[in-house]
Order: sequence, then structure tokens, then C-alpha cells
Amino acid sequence: MPIGDRIQGFAKNEYKYGFTTEIEAEAAPPGLNEDIIQLISAKKNEPSFMLEWRLKAYRHWLTMKEPRWANVHYLPIDYQAIVYYSAPKTERRPKSLTEVDPLLLATYRKLGIPLSEQEVLAGVAVDAVFDSVSVATTYKEHLAKLGIIFCAFSEAVQNHPELVRKYLGTVVPYADNFFAALNSAVFSDGSFCYIPKGVRCPMELSTYFRINAPFIGQFERTMIVAEEGSYVSYLEGCTAPMRAEHQLHAAVVELIAHDRAQIKYATVQNWYPGDSEGQGGIYNFVTKRGICAGVDSRISWTQVEVGSAITWKYPSVILRGDNSIGEFYSVALTTHRQQADTGTKMIHLGRNTKSTIVSKGISAGYAQNTYRGLVTILKKATGCRNYTQCHSLLLGDRCGAHTFPSIEVQNASSQVEHEASTTKIGEDQIFYCRQRGLSAEDAVSLIVNGFCHEVFRELPMEFAVEAQKLLNVRLEGTVG
Amino acid sequence: MPDPILQISDLHVATAGKEILRGLNLTIRAGEVHAVMGPNASGKSTLAYVLAGREGYQATAGTIRYEGKDLLIMPPEARAREGLFLAFQYPIEIPGMTTLQFLKAALNTIRKHRGLEELDAIDFLALVKERAQLLDVDVDFLNRPVNAGFSGGEKKRNEILQMTFLDPKLAILDETDSGLDIDALKIVAGGVNALRRPDRAMLLITHYQRLLKFVVPDYIHILLNGRIVQSGGKELALTVEERGYGWLEGPDTRISEEKAAP
Repeated sequence: MPIGDRIQGFAKNEYKYGFTTEIEAEAAPPGLNEDIIQLISAKKNEPSFMLEWRLKAYRHWLTMKEPRWANVHYLPIDYQAIVYYSAPKTERRPKSLTEVDPLLLATYRKLGIPLSEQEVLAGVAVDAVFDSVSVATTYKEHLAKLGIIFCAFSEAVQNHPELVRKYLGTVVPYADNFFAALNSAVFSDGSFCYIPKGVRCPMELSTYFRINAPFIGQFERTMIVAEEGSYVSYLEGCTAPMRAEHQLHAAVVELIAHDRAQIKYATVQNWYPGDSEGQGGIYNFVTKRGICAGVDSRISWTQVEVGSAITWKYPSVILRGDNSIGEFYSVALTTHRQQADTGTKMIHLGRNTKSTIVSKGISAGYAQNTYRGLVTILKKATGCRNYTQCHSLLLGDRCGAHTFPSIEVQNASSQVEHEASTTKIGEDQIFYCRQRGLSAEDAVSLIVNGFCHEVFRELPMEFAVEAQKLLNVRLEGTVG
Repeated sequence: MPDPILQISDLHVATAGKEILRGLNLTIRAGEVHAVMGPNASGKSTLAYVLAGREGYQATAGTIRYEGKDLLIMPPEARAREGLFLAFQYPIEIPGMTTLQFLKAALNTIRKHRGLEELDAIDFLALVKERAQLLDVDVDFLNRPVNAGFSGGEKKRNEILQMTFLDPKLAILDETDSGLDIDALKIVAGGVNALRRPDRAMLLITHYQRLLKFVVPDYIHILLNGRIVQSGGKELALTVEERGYGWLEGPDTRISEEKAAP
């Protein structure tokens, strides 16, 4: 049997987060127009500047076309069929965890994200976003003592409007791209973090995104502001039930690092990928960007992308402050009919800025995996360096790996390195491992984990272990 | 006489729809070293692959008994865990996994299967250092991905190193001498000789008698056109050296004109 057949045959692909929660939800009717945006804004009791911003974004979005340049293929999305707002029905936002609907707490426990602070992962504060709203945030008071704000985005709009107003859209303007404009118009919640000057955030901050309701699109917005000399490490996780129809997830993340501040942002993306025939699954169209606004600042993105039917995502860094550092570490795994077009942009504006890109793409089954990267070094940005390493691993012979690297250097004092490789793990390698006593599964898992090691070591310890397990589960049965 | 480790009876094997082995008989007992010699396309590698359980090599008739069990129904990893080891003619490169990781995983899988305790990192490294010295293998090179960028000689030495680790009952060496210069050949042969034991059998598969000068077999078999046409003691290698394989050709044992795989 050719290896491709066996890859398909093995495809059990158990997605253990595919359950739904029967919870009464309050949802807007499907479709998008100015009334819906007014409704979302009113639900959130937003100040007028927010509504105005949303409407500007919406009107701009109407003039835009969905991007078609990505190396992904899907049927047109009907934006009028999507539900833009859905929230678990509650009287008001619970003040403390004891007021959170037990059904929601049970859901997160089932997902492995305990929200009660007694049983919470040591040293991790969690904001839980369920469909369109944040349902709980742990360790808030503890963090507040240090002046750290960690709360739902909608809460930040209420309690810290000046901060939101100052930074909203400064890194990803509403007109940036089609999906960012859509998000700006309709986003309903997300996480907000503010780390004051000189504070080192003592725990991992994390947001867990869960899509539950059918037909809903999740549009969340996350913002992290790190003041001078501060440090924060942040992690987001995502899952969704198994549903036969595709669901849209279009998020925006903005990071702002001032002088000497450091932000580490890690994602473990495990949205429902669809079944082995490509039925269902999340369309993950996300704009993530950070700005190293101050000197000696540093932003690093680490992503482990294993879910979604389609991923379209380029976490980027604008290196404006002199000597600032941008990093991108990525593992993207696609199996069955999944398609991923992901990579990064490193825009060097400041002098002596440095960027590192390590991208590991793994493809199995009939999946297509694309790395797309842009490194730009402007004329005045002298003495810059970029190192890019882009490796692809093909499991079997029916999947694809593609790379579209783009490098623009406008001065002679900067250095750019690009290293790329494509490796195929086929019948020969698997047989060799089996001849030494390893099962096919163990062999694949060893090879893949070795391949991803450089990225995993950038993750906080517990999450590195989780990511490794997750990869193994998703790879189960991909090669025989 | 010790019990046979391997008993092949009237074995017919086809690959890609073509019959390669046509009624092969061979019995190997514990402590014995056998050599199977033959020209290109005589079926030597097919024999190695069918013993190791490579997919695409279909036994169409005959039996293989390994320690009395039906070998043909065992998946490749089960054969390996039961002590069957193949040193590959063309060792495979595995990017993304270092030789150390690979060896440790393989060793512990096999130890577990045999009811032995798994080795921890410290004990494992101590063992690696000892064995690597024996084969003049640089430990640093074990930190590189399996066989990736290795020279032909390094790959072959890596095979023998793995063999010393996995403690096989039946070691099959497929053209281990090919592509080795004389110094490398001596090192590899030394490693193989050190592994000769009364409870272990070896099957050397080779085109030339070069290796057999250094690893002297108890029995030599000449494989021609999918069948063993002559068996004898170590002196048979010298006859082949002098006269080639042509004198063994009869009307039934035409040498196939196809070339062996590169």
C-alpha cells in the first residue's frame, strides 16, 4: 500500500475538544449591518469613541475585497450568514469566580483549564473568552497590587478608556486589511493587559478562547501594553466544538513594547480542524502585530498551530526603537485537508535592530503548508540583522510544503541570512525506525518532536509539554 | 547441535510483481556465521528485506521460522524487538532526530520488550561512550541527525554501533563492506567479530569476499537467480574470488540481466 493511502487509513484524528456546552445564549441575528454594530456597542455599554471607530471600520470594510493572494482554497464566505454576537445569558458580568455559571466552569475544566484559583495551574492567570465575551479572569486582584491590569477587553473599555483610546488601532489600524477591518467593526471581547513601568509580571498571563455556539464568528481583540522596563509572558489557547459547517475566527492582537520592555507572546492554536474529508473546521484569519516602540525593547512570538481548517496568520514585529529585537518561532502542523499559510513580517525601522525567524512546517495527509515571510530593512535602519530559518517536513507523498520568503534590504551595513530545507519522511525512514524496534507512531513522534525542538523550548515549560502531547495526538495515525 | 535460530524453507518472494527469490532454503543455528554471496540482482537484498519485513516484498510461497515462530506474520518492529537486526546496505537519513535520541529510544523499547529496566540518560551516555570508542566513533557525531551528512563509512559504522547496542540474536549485514576503504573495513570487521557469541547468529550478505577475509564465516552460500546453488565452508569464497560466479551458471541459473538498485 502506498504511504499516502496508509496516511489516510490511519487518520483517526480524535479531536477531544469537540464537545458542545448546552448553555442558554443571547445572540444577535445573523448578518452584518450598522444596526448590528450599534447593538454590539450598546451591549458593551461603550463610550462613543468606540462606536465611532467601529462604524468607520465597517464603512471602510465595505470598500475592501477579501484577500485572495494566500495559498489557500475555500468557497466564498457568506458574511451575512454569520452571527456576530453570542454570549452566555447572565444578568451581568460575574464579579468573582463564585458567581460564574457552574456550567461554564465545568466546560473549562473539561478543556483542562481550571478557573478556580485553588486548582489553577501554578503561576498562570487566565482570562476565559467564551464565544463573544470574557466569562472569567483569575488572579486579577493579585496582579492589580502590582499595578498590572489583566482583564476582559470590554472591561478595559469601561475602566481604562484612556488606555484603550490611546493604543487601539495604533499597531493594526482598522484599514490594515480586510479581516482586521471586519474585526475592528464587530469585535466583542478579548483580553487586555497593561504592565506598568519597571514591573516584571510574576506569572504567565493567558487567555483561553472557546467557540461554542453554532454559526457564530469569533472576533476578539487582544492588546498588551508593556511600559518602560517591564516584562510579560502571555499565552493563548483556542478550541472549538466539532461542527459540520465552517466557522470564522478573525482576531486582532496588538502588542506595544516601550523602552527596554519585553513581551513574549505564545499561542497554542487547536481550533477544530474539520474532519478527514475537509468538512467543517475553523477559518482562522488573524492579524497579530507588535511594535517595539522603544529602544532595547523586545517582542517574541511563539506559535504552535495545529488546528483550523484554514490558517491565515502572520504575527509580525515593527522594530522602531533602536537596538530592539523581534523574534518569531513557529510550528505549524497540517494534516488531512488542512491548509495553513503562515509566517511573519519583520520591519526594521530602527538602527541595530535584530530579528530571528524560525519556522517549522509539518504537513501530512493531503494538507498544504505555506511559509510566507517578509523581512524589510529600511535605508536609515543601519547595522540590522536578520536570521531566518525555514524548514519543512513532509510526511508522505500527497501533502505539500511551500515557501514564499521576501527580503528587502535598503542599506549596505545590514546582514540577512536565510536558511531553508525541505525533508520528506517516507516509507524508508519509517521502516528504518521500525527495524530498530520503534513503532511507526513512536518514530513519527520522535522525528517531529526533534524537528520542533527549537520552537518548543521557547514555550513556558508546562506548555511545551502540552504542545508536544498535542502534536502527538494530532499526528496519531498520520504515518504508518 | 543447537536449535536453529532461522529456518527458511522453499521461500519464494516477489517484489513489484516480479519473482526474485525462487525456492530458497537456509538454516542458521546459534553461534554460526553464514555468508550469502552472489552477483548483482541475484536476490541478496531481497533476502535481507524479506527477513526484516519490508513492505513490498511479498512471500508468495514457503516459510520462515525464527526461533520456531512464523516470522512472516510479525510486523517489522516485533521482529526487531525479538532480536532480528538488519545493518542496511544504504542506511537511511533521518533529519530531525539525533543518533543519540534514536539509539536511546530504540534501546529502551527493546529493553522494555525483554523485561529489562529502561536506561536513564546517565547510564545510557556511559554505555555510548564505551561502545563508540570500540568502533572509533566520535561521540559528537552521535549528536547529529541520524546519518544526515555522514560519509559512507560513517554510516556503516553507525549501523554496527547500533548493532552492538541492540544486542541482536540474529544480525543480518547487507553489503556492509561496500563503499568502505580498507581501514574502515578493518574497524567494522573488528566490531562484528567482537559480537560473535555462542548464542548469536550472523548472516553476512556480500558481493565480494573482501569482508570475509576479516570476518571469517562458518558457512558460505552462493545465491544465483533467487536460489542457493552452492554451499560450503570458508574456502568457497576463494573459489569465487578466482573464478567469479560464471562457472556456477547452468541453464536454470541464468544471471538476470537487470541491474541491482543503486
